[in-house]
Amino acid sequence: MSTRVGVVTFPGSLDDRDAQRAVRLAGAEPVALWHRDTSLHQVDAVILPGGFSYGDYLRCGAIARFSPVMETVIEQARAGLPVLGICNGFQVLCESHLLPGALTRNDHLHFICRDQRLRVENADTAWTADYTAGQEITIPLKNGEGGYVADERTLDELEAEGRVVFRYLDGNPNGSRRDIAGVSNAAGNVVGLMPHPEHAVESLTGPGTDGLGFFTSVLKKMVAAS
Amino acid sequence: MARVVVDVMLKPEILDPQGQAVQRALPRLGFAGISDVRQGKRFELEVDGPVDEAALARIRELAETFLANTVIEDFTVRVEESAEEVAP
Repeated sequence: MSTRVGVVTFPGSLDDRDAQRAVRLAGAEPVALWHRDTSLHQVDAVILPGGFSYGDYLRCGAIARFSPVMETVIEQARAGLPVLGICNGFQVLCESHLLPGALTRNDHLHFICRDQRLRVENADTAWTADYTAGQEITIPLKNGEGGYVADERTLDELEAEGRVVFRYLDGNPNGSRRDIAGVSNAAGNVVGLMPHPEHAVESLTGPGTDGLGFFTSVLKKMVAAS
Repeated sequence: MARVVVDVMLKPEILDPQGQAVQRALPRLGFAGISDVRQGKRFELEVDGPVDEAALARIRELAETFLANTVIEDFTVRVEESAEEVAP
């Protein structure tokens, strides 16, 4: 039986189909989840894709956090379900308090879109096991509110516990504290990042295939667990 | 019916690039002497029935869980007196 990876579509999600495609290319079965679903339909992992959920009104991800599907995702994530939040999905995870900190307006106020070099700082999470610590990868970045902020104590804690999973290289694109591009929860099953690995899974349409490792990592974890 | 106003502001230590952009435009517009601008959000809630302590407590809870992200924002809640109530 193949591994089932759910991809949530909120009103305003944009990258849900790309995330589904990335899941398929990695060898798993993508399962479309709707924001009104209260059941996760027996998926083995969940991806919250990029976009502008509920129009990004109030704050990015703030309304999505209270959607029926998120009530279940939050409960299951706390129980160990692997959850990956990409861009808007990262914002939703922070708003849900599954991840610490918050994403704020880019310090230069411009929307930014470019291929971004990152360093994988932690290869022990559910979504980074197919990388090696210190590996440098290039995946697209596109956001207007991607500045990662948290208080100094939280940042120190994240660093000490190895929960800074990705750091920006070649310049900080949005003013994120300590060049943080992505973080994980303490258990390592919940990961969020601003850049988009699902846009780097085929050399025809992306800067390369550096993003594929996210989707194969979670598969490997499932196989190891079963 | 009464109006309750919730003001939400970024915490002082959080960078406010929007406020800074506004502040930087001021000299061009001929406004001198304004050294800092911070931009926030104001919510006006029309409440059915009396705004008693219980109603205010509910609104504070709403502000804390939804209207403000207390990781980065502070908020205040106040009842706005309507014109008729204030008039003699």
